[in-house]
Amino acid sequence: MAFSATKTMLGSVAQIELVGELDAAAAGDFRKLVDEAANEGAKRLVLMMAALDYMASAGLRALVFAKQKMGANTDIYLVGTNESVMETLELTGFHHSVITVAALDPSILQL
Amino acid sequence: MTTSVTDPAPDFGRMDTYPTHDYQGFKLRAGKPIPFGATLVPGGVNFSIYSSHAESCTLVLFEKGAHQPLVEIPFPAAFRIGNVWCMIVFGLDYENTEYGYRMTGPFDVQAGHWFNPDKILMDPYAKAIAGRDVWGAKPDWNDIYHHRARLVYDDFDWDEDRPLEIPMADLVVYEMHVRSFTSHPNAKVKYPGTFAGIREKIPYLKELGVNCVELMPIYEFDEFEGSFVDPETGKQMVRNYWGYSTVGFFAPKAGFAATGKIGMQVDELKALIKELHRHGIEVMLDVVFNHTAEGNENGPYISFRGLDNRTYYMLTPEGYYFNFSGTGNTLNCNNPIVRNMVLDCLRYWASEYHIDGFRFDLASILGRDPWGAPLPNPPLLETLAFDPILAKCKLIAEAWDAGGLYQVGSFPAYGRWAEWNGKFRDDVRKFLKGEAGLTGGMAQRITGSPDLYTGRGPSASINFITAHDGFTLADLVSYNEKHNEANGEGNRDGANDNESWNCGVEGPTDDPAINALRRRQIKNAAVMLLTSQGVPMLLMGDEVARTQNGNNNTYCHDNELNWFDWSQIESNADLFRFWQQMIAFRRAHPALRQRHHLSGQDHVGSGYPDISWHGTQAWQADWSGWSRLVAFMLCGKNAATVTGEPDDYLYVAFNSHWDGHELGLPLLPDGRRWHVAVNTGMPAPDDVFAPGAEPVLENQILFFAGPRSAVVLVGR
Repeated sequence: MAFSATKTMLGSVAQIELVGELDAAAAGDFRKLVDEAANEGAKRLVLMMAALDYMASAGLRALVFAKQKMGANTDIYLVGTNESVMETLELTGFHHSVITVAALDPSILQL
Repeated sequence: MTTSVTDPAPDFGRMDTYPTHDYQGFKLRAGKPIPFGATLVPGGVNFSIYSSHAESCTLVLFEKGAHQPLVEIPFPAAFRIGNVWCMIVFGLDYENTEYGYRMTGPFDVQAGHWFNPDKILMDPYAKAIAGRDVWGAKPDWNDIYHHRARLVYDDFDWDEDRPLEIPMADLVVYEMHVRSFTSHPNAKVKYPGTFAGIREKIPYLKELGVNCVELMPIYEFDEFEGSFVDPETGKQMVRNYWGYSTVGFFAPKAGFAATGKIGMQVDELKALIKELHRHGIEVMLDVVFNHTAEGNENGPYISFRGLDNRTYYMLTPEGYYFNFSGTGNTLNCNNPIVRNMVLDCLRYWASEYHIDGFRFDLASILGRDPWGAPLPNPPLLETLAFDPILAKCKLIAEAWDAGGLYQVGSFPAYGRWAEWNGKFRDDVRKFLKGEAGLTGGMAQRITGSPDLYTGRGPSASINFITAHDGFTLADLVSYNEKHNEANGEGNRDGANDNESWNCGVEGPTDDPAINALRRRQIKNAAVMLLTSQGVPMLLMGDEVARTQNGNNNTYCHDNELNWFDWSQIESNADLFRFWQQMIAFRRAHPALRQRHHLSGQDHVGSGYPDISWHGTQAWQADWSGWSRLVAFMLCGKNAATVTGEPDDYLYVAFNSHWDGHELGLPLLPDGRRWHVAVNTGMPAPDDVFAPGAEPVLENQILFFAGPRSAVVLVGR
């Protein structure tokens, strides 16, 4: 499925909805959004992952890029990640860079 | 898809990120020769490949998994520097591209040239290889390019991780096979037989107390090498299970990764290493530079044969492959080009994967010149010993080869190399089974083999009683003969000089006395291994009496014969506990881990020499050919310790006689008293006590050592 990413700014929280496959081509678009969010003053990133089918090397690195771009003190939440993407995150050790939650608790959208 | 770019535009302020050439729509530019291999650069990939004898070279690109190439780009004449072809190709999809090379040149076997433009050759510097992504998945035998080089993101978030640099003398090494460790159903891991599987079992390794895992080959290899169809089941057999046959020196085996099927084995292995380090466990790799998977004249073209056969392989004057490895070919390690490749490879693993050390399989081959003659000063070994990146890596040699060069004690060490001490294994095995005349040998082995390693210190000696080659410890005490029929070679394969003893019956038995003796022998072996100066190495599963049913060469078995059965931790809980406590004992006593050979002198005026030898009477050892008793005492005050604190007095006795003996104990100074830490003559739980909890002996003068038993006393 084609990749798309939509960003909503809620104060200093950037919520990004991801759809499709985060492959090498899509990773560039995703990183642009993260760049924008950082420039718009985001202090937290909440990624809505339920509609993201697949993520491999480039996608994982885009997540770490987000962490580094936004700063070490920025929390990055992954909401509703599917099992296979979670597996990939854990197997490669990338899960240490993010906070994964199954469902969206509205309080994380407020900072 | 194929030309989608990872980064928007190659505009990074550099003047060399724009293409200058076009070939069938692919944008190119002259590349850089260094680094060799494929390197991601802004907007593209830099490919660099060399050959001393090829005439022309073509880069072949595939879409991942495709049967036919996407494009074949000849290197323009302008894209060559010396013997190196290098070019940047822009706009490649990193994750979905596979690449290889075609080389033209002479085909003249006698001259050593096997160039064949019909073959697509894998980059020897490939950092990941496709084609065997899932272990045991039947390959497409019609694939024109079986082992395909892939592109790899070499970035990784190591956080604070770096090689642990645990002092060599303090290591306790655990030799394991990645797949064997967690494949058994009783392992109950989420990803059996993988790097991720090992991660799940880190708590076990910590509980056991080892601080270094030595991984049997994890370089990409072909488990189907030597494969045939089983006539009974019709199944394609996995024959190359152990992996001592390298396809790619820079690539971790995809089939050992749970993420191998999506090509993320590099990250998964790095994540494992990071996690092991976090728990204080070093990682050593078993590396196989003595031969490759291309075999001899009858073997396949994978890489070296078609790229530059004459350079990479030791050849006879007639052009045949020298076979010092016993497997078909021999890598030409002291050829300067090959030497550099080996150095590049080890530097890559040390720096990119934070590897703590390397064990070199059949290392004596690395000391032969291109015509097979042993070199007194082998350039490769010297180079590795002095390289700055490898400076803190452990370097361990299996100091022999299959061509008759046996160098235990004489391997060119340059003050750095350690050796698998085959004499330790042999002497201890003979003593363990009760052979006479071994007391002198045991004295040498216990003290770190000064007869072999004078001036190099005990840490030059990797002490082992068992390894992947040969019997497991349980089988060492259960079989007199090897039983390798399951290998399909008529029991002709595998070593014959096992120095094993079955304790009275060949193989499994109900006899409780024999089983009790076997258990005691296993414990005796553990004590010998862990109270000797030098670096102890144990074999995966010996701590729970893993058996291979008497097979001493299980190279080809992807089944329970090799797999660690995790239920044995419970069924042999007493053995696990014994090993665990012995390892803890070693780690608690620096006197067992000294940096210099013991001298038999008193350096600190304590009144006791650093080591003294005893017999049934204190201070009177029996070195006669009849004696089967070896007893020694270490003076803790003399022991040079890392912390600068002296150690307790330690008394260790090995009685491999079939009769028990009363031992006269040496008198201790300062009102110290003897406590019993280990007595394998007693049943569990009195066979071993936790460090600090050893009960004091009522009788401080005499101690009864039962038949075939080991005793360790602590004087404090």
